[in-house]
Amino acid sequence: MGVQKTALYDFHKNLGAKFVPFAGYEMPIQYKDGIVKEHIDTRQSAGFFDVSHMGQLFLSKNDSLEECLEKIIPLDFKEIKKNQSKYSFLINNKGGVIDDLIITRVEGGFNIILNAACKNNDIKEIEKCLKPEHKHELRKDLSLIALQGPKSESILNSIINGVKKLKFMNGGCFEFEGKKIYITRSGYTGEDGFEISVPNIKAENFTKILSNKGVKPIGLGARDTLRLEAGLCLYGHELNQDINPIQANLEWAISKKRREEGGFNGWEKINQDLQNGASKIRVGIRPSGRIIAREGTKIFSSEGEEIGVITSGTFGPSVNSPVAMGYIKSKFSEINNKILLEIREKKYDAVVSKLPFYKKSYVK
Amino acid sequence: MSEKKYSKQHEWISIEGDIATVGITKHAAEMLGDVVFVELPEKGKSVEKEGQAGVVESTKAANDVYTPITGEITETNQSIADDPATVNKDPEGAAWFFKIKIKNKSELENLMSKADYDKFAKENSN
Repeated sequence: MGVQKTALYDFHKNLGAKFVPFAGYEMPIQYKDGIVKEHIDTRQSAGFFDVSHMGQLFLSKNDSLEECLEKIIPLDFKEIKKNQSKYSFLINNKGGVIDDLIITRVEGGFNIILNAACKNNDIKEIEKCLKPEHKHELRKDLSLIALQGPKSESILNSIINGVKKLKFMNGGCFEFEGKKIYITRSGYTGEDGFEISVPNIKAENFTKILSNKGVKPIGLGARDTLRLEAGLCLYGHELNQDINPIQANLEWAISKKRREEGGFNGWEKINQDLQNGASKIRVGIRPSGRIIAREGTKIFSSEGEEIGVITSGTFGPSVNSPVAMGYIKSKFSEINNKILLEIREKKYDAVVSKLPFYKKSYVK
Repeated sequence: MSEKKYSKQHEWISIEGDIATVGITKHAAEMLGDVVFVELPEKGKSVEKEGQAGVVESTKAANDVYTPITGEITETNQSIADDPATVNKDPEGAAWFFKIKIKNKSELENLMSKADYDKFAKENSN
């Protein structure tokens, strides 16, 4: 299979995008303005992101569907109201994260948003839990556009009347140029915003309107600096098949009832960490000065013991300092604990930091 | 009048007598994107031709800076470490990285003219 392109590829090209291969797709890493300006524009105004490479999996309603999904997704499905979204995971038998996802209860079933690099494997893993009568479809006919930033609400509401009524992690059906679209109030930047699922044939029209209203195109580069400042995990970095949600400090994404009662893949392992505490845990890290700690940077205690590793690190344009996340032995994970980072064979001071680095402003 | 030459590793070098000033080219700065961190070599350090003599990082990645010639670092430009964005604003002027005492003038002969470098950069930027 060759490199895939989203429905907006030509549109990005006309906007001066620089492309990189990402999870089998040619995706914009940045546009003419560059990553820092794109990052700041999103925080101060609004930006749009083409995230159509992500999987949009629709599962049709069936009597036993929820019970089956509960084997692999540690949510209490009865808790999920219609048009409500939840962040959670696909869990393997060791309690490790197969993928992180957003699931929304919609008319006639569920929508699950999956990471691009994981989506094909995810479907295989989900199928293992399903029965033959359960129908699902990866919606290749739909694009996904994220609109993020403080001006998102007023801009989107001027195109799609009524979206301003949506609360954070809730969605609804709307109409655009005669086509049904689905919008959730969510995102991956720490800003207020929306994710708009729109038919491929309308994706460019829709995005053009955003662009004409002053919304800037934002590439994967700024998406990464934005999510890192917001303390959000990126699969393949903070999350993988060998890390469980307790280690990732994402206990909240397992429903309380499921935490207590289990009944999903890997619960025994997860319950051990819930009872005794995980031996290592995800933390925020602030290096001193301007030094940037990239993925793979070793972390040491102030006594020189190797205690962990950085999983993501960059310079945060809005906090105007370097930011990182990583895993360290739990006993060193207290906020403001002094640690050392080994960068190019030298040790640099850093502190364990609370997350997020950048304060969120979601509409509750 | 100083003479300016270019290396295949995308540094410019401006020669005045025994001392040369080194920085990264405008093309290199554009390829890097927003520069957010600069590490300068130590003053007084001896460096070998094409050896590492600093680091420049964008939000995306870290890249080594090399010295086009052998010599001793005589001065470094602290202002770009304090304000790395200068590297994007004025890469071939205010954002010089270091000055080096030239050890072997013959090394300069293999470096490129501006016209040759521009051609080289164009061919190497996909």
